[in-house]
Amino acid sequence: MDLEFTKEQKILKSSARDFLKKECPSSVMREMKEDEKGYPEALWAKMADLGWLGVMVPEAYDGIGGNFMDLAIILEAMGEVCCPGPFFSTVVLGGLAILDAGSEEQKKLLLPKLANGDLILTLALSEPGAWYGTSVINVQAVADKDEYVINGTKLFVENAHIADYILCAARTDKGGSPDEGITLFLVDGKSKGITCTVLDTLAYDKQCEVVFDNVRVPADNIIGENGKAFSVLENLQEKAAVGKCAEMVGCIQTAFDMTVAYAKDRKQFGRPIGSFQAIQHHCANMVIDVDGARFITYQAAWKIAEGLPTSMEASMAKAWTSDASRRVTFLGHQIHGAISFCEEHDMHLYYRKAKAAEVAFGDGDYHLEKVAQQLGL
Amino acid sequence: MEFKLSEKEEAFKSEVEAFLKKELPPKWPEMSTHWPGGYGSLESTNEEAVKAAFTFRRRLAEKGWLTISWPKEFGGEEHSYMEQAIFDERVSYYRAPGMGIATGIAGPTILRFGSDENKQDWVQTIAKGEIEMWLGYSEPNSGSDLAGIQTTAVDDGDDFIINGQKIWGTIAHLADYAWLIAVTDSEAPRHRNASLFIVDNKTPGVTIRPIINILGIHSFNEVFFDNVRVPKRNMIGEKNMGFYYMMTALDFERLMVGIGGFKRLFEQFIEYVKQSEQDGSPLGKNHTVRKKLAEIAVKIEMVYIFFWRTASMLDKGLVPSVESSVLKLTATELSRALADVTMEILGPYGQLMGGSKDAQFRGMAPRGYLDCISATIGAGTSEIQRNIIAMRGLGLTKK
Repeated sequence: MDLEFTKEQKILKSSARDFLKKECPSSVMREMKEDEKGYPEALWAKMADLGWLGVMVPEAYDGIGGNFMDLAIILEAMGEVCCPGPFFSTVVLGGLAILDAGSEEQKKLLLPKLANGDLILTLALSEPGAWYGTSVINVQAVADKDEYVINGTKLFVENAHIADYILCAARTDKGGSPDEGITLFLVDGKSKGITCTVLDTLAYDKQCEVVFDNVRVPADNIIGENGKAFSVLENLQEKAAVGKCAEMVGCIQTAFDMTVAYAKDRKQFGRPIGSFQAIQHHCANMVIDVDGARFITYQAAWKIAEGLPTSMEASMAKAWTSDASRRVTFLGHQIHGAISFCEEHDMHLYYRKAKAAEVAFGDGDYHLEKVAQQLGL
Repeated sequence: MEFKLSEKEEAFKSEVEAFLKKELPPKWPEMSTHWPGGYGSLESTNEEAVKAAFTFRRRLAEKGWLTISWPKEFGGEEHSYMEQAIFDERVSYYRAPGMGIATGIAGPTILRFGSDENKQDWVQTIAKGEIEMWLGYSEPNSGSDLAGIQTTAVDDGDDFIINGQKIWGTIAHLADYAWLIAVTDSEAPRHRNASLFIVDNKTPGVTIRPIINILGIHSFNEVFFDNVRVPKRNMIGEKNMGFYYMMTALDFERLMVGIGGFKRLFEQFIEYVKQSEQDGSPLGKNHTVRKKLAEIAVKIEMVYIFFWRTASMLDKGLVPSVESSVLKLTATELSRALADVTMEILGPYGQLMGGSKDAQFRGMAPRGYLDCISATIGAGTSEIQRNIIAMRGLGLTKK
C-alpha cells in the first residue's frame, strides 16, 4: 500500500500543471465560450507534441504507451484550469473505445492520427428521454448490402460539430433484452444526413444534438462485434466516469485553493474572514471532500491501470466525487460572498464545470444504485 | 502509487486473521455489543466476556502483539506502521480486545521520553499485559480546552502531592493506574506547565466514583485526588513537558480508530437487510434503503483510504497531523451516520432494544444510536478536529 505518486507521476503532474497554467489560463475558457469550434487549435497541437493525445496509445501506433493513471493525472491538471476542448471526447471516449474494441486495421488507421492531433472523436450514446447508461437505445441501424443506414437522434454528444468521426451506438437487432443488439459504428462526421446542433449549456461546453437521417455507414466501420457493443460501452462508461472524476478533482482543488486564499485575504469586522470558525469549518469540510475525492479517484484509476475489476471502485469514486464537487464549488461561492456572483470572477466557471462533470456518465444517485447492486442488494 | 497490500503485508494479515479465529471464543461476535467509534459499550458488562477478554489479551502478550510497534530491545515486534494498521484493522474487524492505554499510549511514550527509572519500572509489566491504565486528562472545567487543567502536583521531598479532579476516566474502576497530567508549575505559560504521572489507583486519597452513561453502563468515572502522594520516580520524563509528550503520543494513537468495526457491522447489516422484508417486499429492493446503504459503503471506503494514507505517511517518516484529524473526524462521523442509517431503515423496530422477539439486528441499532453520540465528542470533538484542519493544515489564523 503506497498512496504517494511515483517519481514519474510527480514529474508528469508538475509539468502538466506548468504547461496549462501558461498555455490555458481561465481566460481561454471564456474566449472559447463564443468560439465556434470551442478550442484553440494551437493548444491542441501543443498537447499532441507533449504526447498527451497519445498518452494511452501504445508506441506501435505512435503513442507514448502510458496507462490510465497517467491519463488521470493529465485530466486532473486540465480540470484545474477548466481547460476547454475535445480532449475528453477524443482521447477518453473515442480513443479508449478504439483501443479496447477496434480491429487491428482500425487501430492502424486511426490511432497514429489521434496521437498526432489529426483526429477529433466523440461518442454518441445518450438519446432524448434517457438519463444515464445504455438503458435506452432507439437509434436504428439497418443493414443494406455492405452498408448500414442509421436513423434517429442522439443527445449530449460533445464536440460532434467538429468531430472527424462520431462513434454512434445504434440498435441493429431488437435482441432478447435491451442489452443485446447494440452495435457501435464509426460514423464520418461529414456524412450526408447528419445534422448537428450545438446546445446552449451550463458549462459553455460544446454538447450537441445529432440527428441521423438515413446516414450510410460501411459495414467495415463497426467497432467490435455486431450486436455486442453493450459490454464495450459499459466498460467505456466506467473508465469515462473515473476520467470525469479526475477532471473534477482538479476542478475542486482550484476552487478550494482560491477560496482558502480569499478567506485569508478578505477582511470584515477588522479581521480576515478565515479567522472565523464558521468559515474555518466550511474549509475543513472542503478538505475532506477534496482529499477524499482525490484518493477515491486515484484508487479507481489505479485499478483500471492494473487491469483489475473496477466496477465498485469506479462507482464509489463517481458517487463521492460528484456530490463532493457540488458541495465544494457551492461553498466556494458562499465563502467568496457577493463578488463571486460577478461574471468576471472565475468561481462560477468551476461551479459550472463541476455540475457538468457531475451529470456526465452517471451522477451520484446513479452510481450509488450501482454500488447497491455490487453490495448484493 | 499502489492500492494493494504487498506480499509481506498480505502474509502478516493472514497470520493475524488466523490468530484471531483461533484465540477468540466462538461466541465472541454475539458477546460483543460494541458500536464502532463509541465509548459507551464495554465487553466488561458481563462476567463471561470479561474473562474472555482477559484471556485473549494474555495470548496477545505471549504472541508479542501487545507491543507490536515497540523496538525489539524492549521485547517489541518493530512492525511497520502499515503492519500495525493491518493489525488494528483485523483486530477491530473481529471486535477483539486490542491495545489499551498502557500498551498504546503509556508504553510508547515511556520508551521515547522516559527516564531509565521509568523504563525499569514500567516497560516490562506493560509489555506483558500485566497492568492497565486509564487516561487522566479531562477535568470538569477542562474538556476541549485541555490546557486549562487545574489539577496540581506540588513538589514535596521525594514525592509530588496531587490535588484535583479528573473526569471521564474510561474504565478507571477496572484499571490499575492513572496516566495523569497535572500542573507542576503554576507560573509557567499554558502548555509548558504540566507533567505526566503514573498514579496507583490504590494510593490513599484517590476516590473513584462511577458515571453511568446513557446506555446504562458504568464505563466512565470521576476521580478525586485529595493530597495524593506520588513518588517522584513516577513522573514521566522531564518536569513540565507533559503537554509535549501528550501531543507526541498522538503519533501512536493516530491509527486507533477501530476501523474494521465499521466494515464488520456494515457487512452484518447488509446480510440482515437481504434477509428482511418490509410490508411484504424485500427490504433491500427499496430504493431509499439501497441509496442510504450505498452512501455508507462509500463513506466506509473513504475512511479506509484515509486510514491507509495515514499509515503510509507514518512509514515515510512524515507527520500526519491534519491527515489524522481528517481520519478521526470522518471515522467518528461515520459512527453517527451508520447509526442514523440503520435506525432509519428499521423504522419503528429500531426502538426495540433487544429481548423482545420483534427486536431486529440484536438490538444493536438503538444501542449504536445512543453510543455514537460519544464518538464525535471523545478524544477531540469534531469541532476541534475541524479547527486543527483549518488552522494547522490551511494556515487560517485565530484573529
